[in-house]
Amino acid sequence: MNGFARQRYLLDFTVASLMRRPGRNLSLLLVYTLVVFLLASAMLYSQAIKGKAAALLRDSPEVVVQRMEAGRHALMPVSYLERLGRLRGVAHVEGRLWGYYYDPVVAANYTVMAPDRDGALPGQARIGAGIARVRGLAPGDVLSLRGYDGRPHAFTVAEVLPADSELVSADLLLIAPADFRAFFGLPEDVYTDLALAVTNPAEVRQVARKLAERLPDCRPILREEVLRTYESVFDWREGLLLAVLAGAVCAFLIFAWDKATGLSAEERREIGILRAIGWETGDVLRMKLWEGGLISFTAFCLGYGLAHIHVFHAGAPLFAGVMRGWSVLQPHFALTPQVDALQLTTLFLLSVVPYTVVTLVPVWRAATVDPDSIMR
Amino acid sequence: MKSSLRKSTLAMLVLAPALAVFFGAMADALSQGEAADEAAMRTEVAAWGLTDLALFTEARYTRHPTQADRHAAFQDHPGALEHFPSGALMPPPPLLREPAGP
Repeated sequence: MNGFARQRYLLDFTVASLMRRPGRNLSLLLVYTLVVFLLASAMLYSQAIKGKAAALLRDSPEVVVQRMEAGRHALMPVSYLERLGRLRGVAHVEGRLWGYYYDPVVAANYTVMAPDRDGALPGQARIGAGIARVRGLAPGDVLSLRGYDGRPHAFTVAEVLPADSELVSADLLLIAPADFRAFFGLPEDVYTDLALAVTNPAEVRQVARKLAERLPDCRPILREEVLRTYESVFDWREGLLLAVLAGAVCAFLIFAWDKATGLSAEERREIGILRAIGWETGDVLRMKLWEGGLISFTAFCLGYGLAHIHVFHAGAPLFAGVMRGWSVLQPHFALTPQVDALQLTTLFLLSVVPYTVVTLVPVWRAATVDPDSIMR
Repeated sequence: MKSSLRKSTLAMLVLAPALAVFFGAMADALSQGEAADEAAMRTEVAAWGLTDLALFTEARYTRHPTQADRHAAFQDHPGALEHFPSGALMPPPPLLREPAGP
């Protein structure tokens, strides 16, 4: 008998054995699939949102320089712009004007920005899709906001930023620099912070170090730190989710361990008979390997596939609340599916291998004992 | 009547849909390159010097976690009590849980 035919007969016998206890094995498959589904959903969501953040923010400023005063972020005098521009390795320095506006009408915070290069017209505003949604605004409408001096400032909505870009722009209010200064009462000789571009990206750390020495009241924030922050924010949230799921996973492990290690008298007798009619220990082990592998591999494939549908096509209703947090101006966005070989391997090794291995131990013990003593 | 289907064939018939679901997910993920919305967002990030995602807009240290002076002892937070990581675990206020109007 060739190897293939032999394995097929073993599989025939395994399936027949599984079908003798259909309720027990189906419930195991169901719970197993659910556990893989939950773990895979958490991992896929976290991976996708981290990937999205990294892809979007890789064009953010190379270095942002903030001035600190009494440990808090303070406004940046224009004179610092020139001092930084003279620093060796700095290709370009730009002052940035941005701040926050709390809108009591909708109890939401807006991020107000005045991009210098944008050529925004005075009295006009471009607003994020989130603001347009909560305030019911469309191009041509007037948005009236209370300025620092208590007087109303009116902005005509020139454009609603594309809904496609809500993830970075849902709460943005883009206005002209002169309007920004008038709205917040900012003098002409200050910026919120500065954005630097360096000549050689490999020297960004050296430039940041020189900058901190030259301007001790400033702190540089590197792009790599920005990316790392988002990595850790979502790692933290994924960790919280997995901590919550750990109870369910432990319950499953106990269930699986009990199912896999506690051979029933009937199963022991079956092994004894197989040994008595001439099956080798290896054949019995192979048969049980098929059994464990069949259940765990089916559960893995189903669990992973369902998790993919849950996260990328159903909006991850189970986890989105924890992973995304909440806010009045919650952006609408879709996650892009990714395949991460390491993540997939980790999930496979954590879900399929332990169960398959754990089924073998008691069977090996039973299969190596004298058949006569087992059957008695 | 005795079924002519071998048990191993039956096992493969059960495994096949599971494999189809798995490889369908793989194919779906591999067939998607950079999403169209990503290109637009990357342009905005570069043009306006954005540093953060607009995910948690309630307070400055959550809207711009990369820019906030999180080492400061107390943060002012207009309108909401979003703190890392409690915001992830606390439900949103009832106002946000009500279904959106027409």
